[in-house]
Amino acid sequence: MNNTNIILVLVVLTNLKLLGSSRLGASIRVVAMQGVVLGLLPVLAHTNELSLRYAVLAAGTIALKGIVFPWFLFRAVREAEVTREVEPYVGYVTSLLAGVMILAVSFWMCERLPMPETLASSWLAPVAFFSIFAGLFLIVSRKRAVNQVLGFLVLENGVYTFGVGLAPHTSLLVEAGVLLDVFVAVFVMGITIFHINREFDHIETNRLSTLKD
Amino acid sequence: MYPESFIPLLLALVLSPLLLGIINRTKALFAGRRGPPLLQIYFDLWKLLHKGAVYSRTTTWIFRAGPILGLAAVLTAVTLVPLGNFPALIAFPADFLLFAGLLGLMRFFMVLAALDTGSSFEGMGASREVFFSALAEPALLVALATLARQAGSFSLSTMLGQVSGGHWLHLGPVLALVMIALMIVLLAENARIPVDDPNTHLELTMIHEVMVLDHGGPDFAFIVYGAALKLWLLAALVVGMVVPATGASWLDLALVMGGMFAVAVIVGVVESVMARLRLVMVPQLLVGAGALAAAAFLLGLK
Amino acid sequence: MILVLVFLPLLAGLAAFALRSPAVRRGLLIGTALVHAALTAICWKTTPGAALGGWLALDAAGLLFLSITSGLFLVASFYAAGYLGQQANKHTTDVEEGMLFDNAPEAVFIGCLLLFLATMTLVTVSQHFGLLWVAVEATTLASAPLIYFHRHHRSLEATWKYLLVCSVGIALALLACFFLGVAATPPNGEGFPLVLTELVAKAQQLQTPWLKAACLLFFVGYGTKMGLAPLHTWLPDAHSEAPSVVSALLSGAVLNCAFLGLVRVQQVCVAAGLGAFGRDVWVLLGLVSLVVGAVFIIGQTDYKRLLAYSSVENMGIIALGVGLGSAGAFGAMLHAVNHAIAKAMLFLLSGNILAHYQTKNIAQVRGLLSAAPVTGVLWVAGFLAITGTPPFGLFLSKFTILKAAIDGGRTWIGIMFLVSLGVIFIGMTTAFFGMAQGVPDKVASGPANRDRWWQIAPPAVLGLLVLWLGLAVPGPLNNVLRQIAATLGDAP
Repeated sequence: MNNTNIILVLVVLTNLKLLGSSRLGASIRVVAMQGVVLGLLPVLAHTNELSLRYAVLAAGTIALKGIVFPWFLFRAVREAEVTREVEPYVGYVTSLLAGVMILAVSFWMCERLPMPETLASSWLAPVAFFSIFAGLFLIVSRKRAVNQVLGFLVLENGVYTFGVGLAPHTSLLVEAGVLLDVFVAVFVMGITIFHINREFDHIETNRLSTLKD
Repeated sequence: MYPESFIPLLLALVLSPLLLGIINRTKALFAGRRGPPLLQIYFDLWKLLHKGAVYSRTTTWIFRAGPILGLAAVLTAVTLVPLGNFPALIAFPADFLLFAGLLGLMRFFMVLAALDTGSSFEGMGASREVFFSALAEPALLVALATLARQAGSFSLSTMLGQVSGGHWLHLGPVLALVMIALMIVLLAENARIPVDDPNTHLELTMIHEVMVLDHGGPDFAFIVYGAALKLWLLAALVVGMVVPATGASWLDLALVMGGMFAVAVIVGVVESVMARLRLVMVPQLLVGAGALAAAAFLLGLK
Repeated sequence: MILVLVFLPLLAGLAAFALRSPAVRRGLLIGTALVHAALTAICWKTTPGAALGGWLALDAAGLLFLSITSGLFLVASFYAAGYLGQQANKHTTDVEEGMLFDNAPEAVFIGCLLLFLATMTLVTVSQHFGLLWVAVEATTLASAPLIYFHRHHRSLEATWKYLLVCSVGIALALLACFFLGVAATPPNGEGFPLVLTELVAKAQQLQTPWLKAACLLFFVGYGTKMGLAPLHTWLPDAHSEAPSVVSALLSGAVLNCAFLGLVRVQQVCVAAGLGAFGRDVWVLLGLVSLVVGAVFIIGQTDYKRLLAYSSVENMGIIALGVGLGSAGAFGAMLHAVNHAIAKAMLFLLSGNILAHYQTKNIAQVRGLLSAAPVTGVLWVAGFLAITGTPPFGLFLSKFTILKAAIDGGRTWIGIMFLVSLGVIFIGMTTAFFGMAQGVPDKVASGPANRDRWWQIAPPAVLGLLVLWLGLAVPGPLNNVLRQIAATLGDAP
């Protein structure tokens, strides 16, 4: 069985779970799992070119996405004392159905683009697009700030999947830079969530609406 | 029709109550009890067939006809479903649609009989049952469609009979997703935890049990037997997917029997370790099963 | 040399977090700005060598935007030093809602300012698309704490919006980088690296569908950072809630750095034969930004939001210019320079007005010319500059773009351009002149509230600069602008 395929199916499952789940703790763990699984992707997708570079990148990604981010987000959630999402703009059942539509659209899109021939799996590009769109959907449809950060992480995971699968010649420097940027972004967002909770006593971004024209 | 196509029919008719017995035994063992004998359902059916029945004056002929018609529908469905490598008695392209339709017909008659009593409990159970089945139906059909696409045929016998080790090697994730979706549909359609608790005695929490609350005697025997057959049929779908086609007939038989018993044990285990979901979460579960099946379909297209 | 330009502010920023004494910190800020500006001036004389194997190099576009960034930062650092001295008391009363709030620690502010300079420098010298992306994302992250200087709920809301909108946009830009990477990989061989010079040289080998998709995604990604409508939603909030120094730097430097990213993309597109496709997108986004800016300027009640929407409109003008071919691109580059200077000046002056009048509402500010004469005069001059009145520099650049539109036969674009500019002029006139004239009623006059040197000198310098650029564009600048415009040229 193709190892890459198993990883990609796990990514699809985690995305669907995120779309349909209302529990914050479970969502954070699911995103962490997705990050860890994707951290293994470069090692498995390029087994013929196994090198130190991929191993270091995989280790860094797993450490960051599997350990640091969840710890940080759990701290933010604990401060804010929330356990469940408030009813989002798009209900959970509708989100799940939308997720399936997005999956179909991703597959359709990838039929139209010429793929390089050395792909490890034909599911790489569609699953990457699915993660990107699912992340955007999560950011738009959820009201709690933490869920929006999770959506951003899913978006970054999708972009990362695409990069690892289809553009393997990106240098280690860039990938390390990307990882660093995501880390600092989540860090800053987490701190902002702290402050939002302290200031407002809630972290529902739909209620941040003082500034408007 | 081959002589071996009688085997699924015979096995279904004879052994389906045994599955229920295995489930109850598994649950009892998990709870630290010894549990009822494995053949208990047979004894129950025998007892029920020899009892008389009391019919309320508010019911009509529909109430009396419901169980019989339901049993007739599911017996017809038994002739359509293969067991592992053994083809079904009747097989033609798109027979899986007829299969789903017959299951729906059985449900329809049960619901009519329940509504005929005019009691609010039955009505409540009927509405819940129909709602959840409506959500589970797409999952079932999309899962079967995925199998049809992979096997290249629209007939159940070919779909389930052709699945071999090679399929699992290449498309393991897809088939695994289909299997999970089918298991969830099995749990939903047969009123098992996490959708419905068959052991609850509180009518307000029941879905399937409360529909059949007023039936007694032979009618109830038909209902219990029909439920056992339905469980057998849906489990046969799952087992047909998993069990590979070996050469020898007797080995196939043994594997298939083992598979069915394994499914029963799995259902028993699931019932023992999980609690029943809140009723508002059941649609999410069923739509989730549908989403899994749809994801499997899309992944299998590539 | 290039590495010094990047690492000097980086190290200074990290040092600022650790320093104890406010005077030393502010001195570090001004000192770093001076050294950075001096090094940039040297780069005009002698082009520095490439670093990191060609990944960091200073070409014409990079030099132009580096100079804008460096010059603005120098002027702003003086203003910032004085501003921080004034804000040194612990609790301040909010002007709009009257609650008490704290400021962020000064060390954080100065440290983030210097990191901001370092990351913006990195954007201007990056030749590799991946590194460019890292730098642009880093500017977002370095500037978010700056917006949250005044610790109250409105600035928090603005910071959250800024963070989320810009990060999402820039994540899409990363996807675009990967698309570019796929475009640069021939179907059967090794890809070539995403360095600008290599991409331009081998542009014919890029796969067109991926390049087009990458181009569009880059517009979404970097366009968000640049403030092109309809991706500009973070701009008015961030600019109105941040301290004026930060708004000046955001408008003057950050928007231009995002624009630089898009310029690089266009350079690749032109070399690959997709120049016309790219230009169409530029024109469309430019026109939409112009119209959106015009619509929201009319009837605006907050003068800082007014300036923010004016930034959106001017970015639209710049985009329109690039979309009109080589002549328009010259005007667009000139406009980038002029707008940065004029907008920074206006934002610094708005800080003065806020300090005097304690309100952000246009209707409540009256009689600026009599209450704070120097600020008032500069305010009116800034208004004339930003709306494109001769002899200020923006007139020249807008005129060049208009001429490019008419010369290229696209008269309807020229007409839309003029109509929007007219609407904006009217909208801003009512605001600015209303504020400048009349009798002051709410201000406390007296020596304690007079304009200080650090409040007047930086905007005055910027005003003189934009006036000078309007009268005569200096030779070296002209050369650099022509060079950039040539790469964005009329090739189909």
